[in-house]
Amino acid sequence: MMALIISIGAAAVVYAVSILYAAIGEIFSQRAGIMNLGIEGIMLMGAVSGFLTVYHTNSLALAMLAVICTGAILGLVFAFLTVTLQSDQTVCGMAFLIFGSGLSGFIGKKVTGIATAVKFHDISIPLLHKIPVIGKIFFQQDLLVYCMYIIIPLSIFYIYKTRPGLILRALGENPAALDTAGIHVFALRYAYVIFGCAMIAISGACITLSYTNFWNEGMTGGKGWIAFSLVAFSRWNPGFAALGALLFGGISILGINLQIYLPGIPTQFYSMLPYAATVVALIITTGSFRKQHTAEPAALCQKYDREGR
Amino acid sequence: MEKKQTVPLYKKILNPIICVLLGLAFSAIFIIISGFDPLTVFAKMISYSFLNSMGLYGSINGALPLMFCGLSVALAFRMKLNNIGAEGQFAIGAVLGGWFALYGPSLPAPFGLIVMFLLCALGGGLWAAIAAALKAYWKINETIVTLMFNYIALLFLDYLCYGPWMAPKQTTAITPLIPDSMYLPGLGGTSSALILAVVIALLLQFYLQRTTGGYQISVIRDSSQSATYAGISVKRFIFIVFILSGALAGLAGFVKVTGILHRVQAQLPGGAGYTGIVVAYLSQFNPLVVILVAILFGGLQNSCAAVQIMGVPSQIATMIQGTIMIFVIAGEFLNHYKISFYREDGMEVPEQ
Repeated sequence: MMALIISIGAAAVVYAVSILYAAIGEIFSQRAGIMNLGIEGIMLMGAVSGFLTVYHTNSLALAMLAVICTGAILGLVFAFLTVTLQSDQTVCGMAFLIFGSGLSGFIGKKVTGIATAVKFHDISIPLLHKIPVIGKIFFQQDLLVYCMYIIIPLSIFYIYKTRPGLILRALGENPAALDTAGIHVFALRYAYVIFGCAMIAISGACITLSYTNFWNEGMTGGKGWIAFSLVAFSRWNPGFAALGALLFGGISILGINLQIYLPGIPTQFYSMLPYAATVVALIITTGSFRKQHTAEPAALCQKYDREGR
Repeated sequence: MEKKQTVPLYKKILNPIICVLLGLAFSAIFIIISGFDPLTVFAKMISYSFLNSMGLYGSINGALPLMFCGLSVALAFRMKLNNIGAEGQFAIGAVLGGWFALYGPSLPAPFGLIVMFLLCALGGGLWAAIAAALKAYWKINETIVTLMFNYIALLFLDYLCYGPWMAPKQTTAITPLIPDSMYLPGLGGTSSALILAVVIALLLQFYLQRTTGGYQISVIRDSSQSATYAGISVKRFIFIVFILSGALAGLAGFVKVTGILHRVQAQLPGGAGYTGIVVAYLSQFNPLVVILVAILFGGLQNSCAAVQIMGVPSQIATMIQGTIMIFVIAGEFLNHYKISFYREDGMEVPEQ
């Protein structure tokens, strides 16, 4: 029983991290007022670019560099469309979703299904991994997971305790006020969208370089959308996003495990669990029956046009 | 940079065409990187799907579900409802209609088809109604809900086709053929569903342009607050538009099952719901243009088969769709703004 809990817990952490990079990237992007609906496509591009680099060079460092560059380039284009050209953000996101899934399938076709020897391997952290249960769940993971342990507190600190963080929050609430104060709204939005896309691409890399060691078309299977709904679920707070990601991770891993113990129910119904859970979580956290003030950035999805009135 | 008040018609038509060409040029870069000659690839694609009757029929058949999905998305987006659940509504429509075709009582020829038509529309409409209710009463983001419902619907279809509905002695997830009386009559090399699509597009065009309901939809799109102030029930329209949109997507299932495949199978929509978004956007949400653009995209998908023999991955179609859409979005900007240069003394440089 203990072994089962540990294996479920550890797998849930890996799952959580693979959506958390994207969720935190999206939190930054949305806090800056730009909603990026193309997560799934950008994740796929990150996943395929990382995998192709590892396949050809056997170097994880180069792969991560390629992933971040891919994300940044896509972010630049997305920012150009949404910030400079002020296009509809939903439609842009859809375009990126379709473009990303098409292009990733196209360039990754030749390496589909081939496994690489190089991937992020688990490292045990001295001392900490000896803590019963928790040690095995949290401290016998790979580098991408440990990086996330640092990113979560850092991003919370950045958003809520620093001056740039304050500006970031204002960027999504009232960009006109910032502009009046002499802060370059457009440049900052570009920066945060690019950062967000790079993070989303890393999320994709988690899937091909850590979760598995192969590439398959459309292998993110809706994880990008789960990350997207996690943002609203977490009330735009990376800390809550981490808890939410663990919850989603737990539900989907539990689904896979229940399949073994309760084979009477067809597998497809277990696979529905994370999607159904996402809808339920979305209803609970963003439904207008809640009395609480919504945490949604007021300027989210709004065009910012200096000449507009 | 200033906003244009009106856009001349020729520009409205010319701009998307230029953007499509730019999108193709951009895709060519990736085709070259993969080691193919883009001109040969494009030439082969066009000649395969448009320049001979066999290919053209194939393109139109491929376009039929896209037409309905495109109409579904166009209607929803007309009211700024981001219904991206056409894929799932397609699947549920096909499930409900397919259930009747496979297990329902057999009715004389036209009645069976009519019942199935209604059931497919009902299935898609009901599936969309859930998202509509969540949006109308609790203001839940419809984008995420409809998308999650896509995955759930596709998994359910998967379950049926691998499980209770699976044809005997089959290894792939397909059901037995539906009875002959349920086949849509053919029309030349294609299916009479084409007429159905055009009629529905005309009706939709009429509804949106010439009726009070259509006008109210456009008021809600521009500002739901002023609509409420003017006494329009926004909630009611969320339901109407969502259910109609879902029903149209469900009809894509009707067409695909009765007109093309004559059976239900796993992954039946095959991405048509998402391509429908591109189709709708490219046609500026105009129902009649949707039909034409859908044929173009049906051809694009059909032509994959021609270049796959050369070793070009079939994902080329999705990639081209994505690039075209990005360029069209960028081109939209030029439609609404004109860039003008100002001299130092503040005088506007006259346009050449």
